[in-house]
Amino acid sequence: MTCPTTPARRGAFSPRPGAAPLPRMVLAQARMETRLLLRNGEQLVLAVVVPLIVLVGGITAARHVGLTFSHSPVDTLTPGVLALAVLSTSFTSLAIATGFERRYGVLKRLGSSPLPRSGLLAGKVGALLVVEVLQFVVIGAVAGLLGWSPAVSAPGLLGVLACVLVGTAAFASLGLLVAGALRAEATLAAANLIYLLLLAGGAVVFPTDSYGPAGRALALLPSGALGSGMRTALLTGGFAVGPLLVLAAWTVLGTLLTVRTFRWE
Amino acid sequence: MVEDLRMTYGDKRAVDGLSLTVALGSVTAVLGPNGAGKTTVLETCEGYRRPQAGRVRVLGLDPQRQRRDLLPRIGVMLQDGGAWSGVRAVEMLRHIAVMHAHPLPVPMLVERLGLESCGRTPYRRLSGGQQQRLALAMAVVGRPELVFVDEPTAGMDPQARRDTWDLLDELRADGVSIVLTTHYMDEAERLADQVHVIDQGRLIASGSPSDLTRGGGTSTIRLVVTEPFPPSAPASLQATLGDGTVVRAVTEHSLLITGPADASTLAKVSAWCDEQGVLPESLTLGQRTLEDVFLAITGRELAA
Repeated sequence: MTCPTTPARRGAFSPRPGAAPLPRMVLAQARMETRLLLRNGEQLVLAVVVPLIVLVGGITAARHVGLTFSHSPVDTLTPGVLALAVLSTSFTSLAIATGFERRYGVLKRLGSSPLPRSGLLAGKVGALLVVEVLQFVVIGAVAGLLGWSPAVSAPGLLGVLACVLVGTAAFASLGLLVAGALRAEATLAAANLIYLLLLAGGAVVFPTDSYGPAGRALALLPSGALGSGMRTALLTGGFAVGPLLVLAAWTVLGTLLTVRTFRWE
Repeated sequence: MVEDLRMTYGDKRAVDGLSLTVALGSVTAVLGPNGAGKTTVLETCEGYRRPQAGRVRVLGLDPQRQRRDLLPRIGVMLQDGGAWSGVRAVEMLRHIAVMHAHPLPVPMLVERLGLESCGRTPYRRLSGGQQQRLALAMAVVGRPELVFVDEPTAGMDPQARRDTWDLLDELRADGVSIVLTTHYMDEAERLADQVHVIDQGRLIASGSPSDLTRGGGTSTIRLVVTEPFPPSAPASLQATLGDGTVVRAVTEHSLLITGPADASTLAKVSAWCDEQGVLPESLTLGQRTLEDVFLAITGRELAA
């Protein structure tokens, strides 16, 4: 491929270095990461299709098997499905994307741009929150069609917000831990496997009390904590402090381990 | 800029007490075979690697401790990768441009590097040469004072190579300092004001291309024969030619003679061939090239 090139005028390249203001860099990074997350078909399946299948499948199964919850199946399951959406984006999608960023030298390339590492992290978190809002809109709309009527109260909404923010922080720190330590392919496999295990047995979608005696332990998992925090907020309109403390503890642990083990290349 | 740098990986000494200085406003080539330690030196200057011993200063700054002050002022072209696989070429360049306060106009760079036709192509489907041109564009888009380019034209077609060289020439003309690594002699001779030849982590020669090629020699005669030489051939030809010339075996089929390439030397060489019963395939006269300099110092070819 050859194209005629016109010589630039003299002085076109004369040095004029400088970093852009930090907010502009972070915004650009968040927009780029959001676009790339949404452009990636597999990630969208994980982010929206799987939670919807779980929601519809769970309601159907509850009807056929005769599972009884204290509330209607759709009211009981939807908060957990929203928690699952947070888990899929902030843990699995983030881990896979970051694993391949390491592999393809994207982190190295950005590492020599004026964007500081804190800005990169802020951009990533921004992208996660945008994708989560989109997930909530889609899942909430489908649940609404299925007759979902969440408890609406100020402490409840505050609880949802807190759960999403602290849950995202906890899962993102764990996702980065996986992505920064394993090879890209291993990260892909591990992130999906952990997602499936937590979906099946992590008390995200189903309340911890449906797991019997194991429920207490499961409530200490980040998945169980996020699920029950969301259920408290949307089923009873309450603000659950316990699950938030569990998620905060996982965030601290995940961050400490990630800082020690993350390899940029 | 680099003082007594030492880097060891496992038992391998990648860089062994290397010191070199780069003059601002010039093009400096770090030349050496693959594995010589070129990339290690570059990445230490770029702040990716911490010097294990020695001192590195870039634009007067410590690339580790003053990284945040240094980064906006330098441009880095990586040898490969550096973009998301699903990102479009121009989208990626624009993204890096936004990180800078006064970036170059993206359309101008895209046109200069012939990237218009692949502007919307995802990175993973760009050819190797297009990926390299994009990497160069990302290195210069922030209007840096100093650009590090690692093997800028490896594997490029001739046209892309000329476009890249022209762009580097213009950067230099506009006052941008350039440090490039290469294992292509012609690239170093074409672009560089100053060449540092490194081999096995050591600096083995420094100077302008003309200093290096002029120094120590006059001109060269390269003799290539059809059958392998006997091992005694270099010594025997050396004895025939006498002092003032240096004979080195390059391969078992070729000898390099450095010295006055006059009629008398040529006559002696052909008489020697006749006497030895070897059939010359080619006999080439030439100025010493950097290739010859490397060969003369290390006794090895600077094979790509």
